[in-house]
Amino acid sequence: MRAVLGAGDTKLKVEQLSFYYGKNQALKDVSFEIPERRITAIIGPSGCGKSTLLRVFNRMYDLIPSARAGGKVLLDGEDVVTTRKLLELRQKVGMVFQRPSPFPMSIRDNVAFAPRLLGWSSSRVKEVVRQSLERAALWDEVNDRLEAPATSLSGGQQQRLAIARCLAVSPEVILMDEPCSALDPVATLKIEDLMAELMRDYTIVIVTHNMQQAARVSDYTAFMLMNPEGRYGELIEFAPTANLFNQPQDQRTEAYITGRFG
Amino acid sequence: MAAAVESTSAVIPPVRRVPDRFRTVTAAVAAVAPVILIVIVAILYQQAAPSIRHFGLGFLTGTEWNPVTDTFGALPAIFGTLSTALLSLVLAVPVGVAVAVVLAEQGQATLRGILGTGIELLAAIPSVVYGIWALYVLAPWSYQHLELPISDRLGFIGWLSQPGARSLFNASLVLAVMILPTLSAISREVIRAVPRGLKENAVALGATWWETTWRVILPSARAGIFGATILALGRALGETIAVTMVIGNRYAIPPSIFSPAYTLASVIANEFNEATGTLYPAALIELGLVLILVTLLVNIVALLLVRSTSREASRAA
Ligand SMILES: Nc1ncnc2c1ncn2[C@@H]1O[C@H](COP(=O)(O)OP(=O)(O)OP(=O)(O)O)[C@@H](O)[C@H]1O
Ligand SMILES: [Mg+2]
Repeated sequence: MRAVLGAGDTKLKVEQLSFYYGKNQALKDVSFEIPERRITAIIGPSGCGKSTLLRVFNRMYDLIPSARAGGKVLLDGEDVVTTRKLLELRQKVGMVFQRPSPFPMSIRDNVAFAPRLLGWSSSRVKEVVRQSLERAALWDEVNDRLEAPATSLSGGQQQRLAIARCLAVSPEVILMDEPCSALDPVATLKIEDLMAELMRDYTIVIVTHNMQQAARVSDYTAFMLMNPEGRYGELIEFAPTANLFNQPQDQRTEAYITGRFG
Repeated sequence: MAAAVESTSAVIPPVRRVPDRFRTVTAAVAAVAPVILIVIVAILYQQAAPSIRHFGLGFLTGTEWNPVTDTFGALPAIFGTLSTALLSLVLAVPVGVAVAVVLAEQGQATLRGILGTGIELLAAIPSVVYGIWALYVLAPWSYQHLELPISDRLGFIGWLSQPGARSLFNASLVLAVMILPTLSAISREVIRAVPRGLKENAVALGATWWETTWRVILPSARAGIFGATILALGRALGETIAVTMVIGNRYAIPPSIFSPAYTLASVIANEFNEATGTLYPAALIELGLVLILVTLLVNIVALLLVRSTSREASRAA
């Protein structure tokens, strides 16, 4: 558990956020502020809406026709929920998924994917590929085989490639949905080290089932729970990680972190 | 708990690869297929023997087909079969894949339903009905709205000149319509099988629907789409009656794709009833033999191509 070095400015301000899949409410009245250049963890039992919340931040829910969001998520003051500048939003807010899903192309082309969508010049793309792989701590392992298919990498390498792929367009926020759940402890440790490194420049939001991981890597933690009557997810407690784990204010938080339910 | 787990693992027999009886039956069925093929080829060979002995390899390169003088050469028919089949692929693959992409999409449920059912119904129409439709509707329409405008503008290219309603092009067009259901139905399944994570990752990186489809989904589905193309090619090579009705049945290598031509299957269908003597029927049967060999050859080449692409893919995986 790292000490929180002074509170950063707010990067993402979530205000009264509600979310529906068709008629089913998945989130209700979620409000909290995600600080800049810090790692914020979202924890809670399965089905409480963690992924749903994360997918609001980059409008991934647009892929689901029946999904609707209400309320606001302000990114540097601009509302993510209503913005029409999706390409810009997704450049600013990158996402790393549970499964790395390398594209069926070379390592280089994977990292160059988003820069090429933005129409960057090939010399700039080349530079960015190198930088991103370096930042993702993958360069030393792949610099001699950039043309090899990305699927030839190990699971942990693929996940770092996914991080490099999302770093390539210099995002400001990186969303991670259980990025280590398919990895072994060594690969997990590498990703965690990498996150600590990236935190200097990026705002990171990570969903994790692993409470030790949340305690290890994050500065702030949000605890969510499904409301037993309404069947929607709600935010129970949001606090600096040390406080949340040592002196939880809500007894449901305490019950969860001491393993009494969930 | 631990004891229970141990005792179940002792009771369950080790998993054998395939149950023996099942294996015997399927192996027998699988063995029958090549045997039938060999028997058919042998019978055809025997029946075609007079022609094979008389013309030798010259049969494959001869361009004349004259029952009066007993001169028979297969080249124009081979050319017609291969070129109609390939041209129909060129016409049908882009459309079939585009339809498959729409059909595999999550949203647009009504459009998907209507298109999907419509396309699958196309597969149920008998060839001869396609032939009639092609003769009275498709060929005249294509002559007016495709062949004439194209040859007006590009007729200085020899093989785009001399438009006519009965043509190699129109035969390919009807073939394209006939293979469309196979192509799009299989491609749709292949595209649906592309992991959802790939699409989500592309979208999260800012790709539009179009960019996601073109750069991520279709490349992932490449091997399967190729397989669908091969199946369609098989059908196009062997299709007889619908082609016969619009291709014009002129036994020559056509100067233009808009000119009449002939295919192996069409010659056999048209002439077999009237073939008399020994050499004439034997030559027709030899055409059948050539058709089988051409089909086999094309399939083998295609299989090797698929192998190499899927090996690439599995090396990647
Ligand atoms: N595409 C969808 N369509 C309809 N309902 C969905 C969809 N995705 C999630 N849900 C529902 O929304 C609720 C929250 O799901 P979500 O995936 O956000 O939970 P989670 O906290 O991420 O769970 P886990 O820890 O298992 O990943 C669940 O009840 C789920 O059934
Ligand atoms: Mg989840």
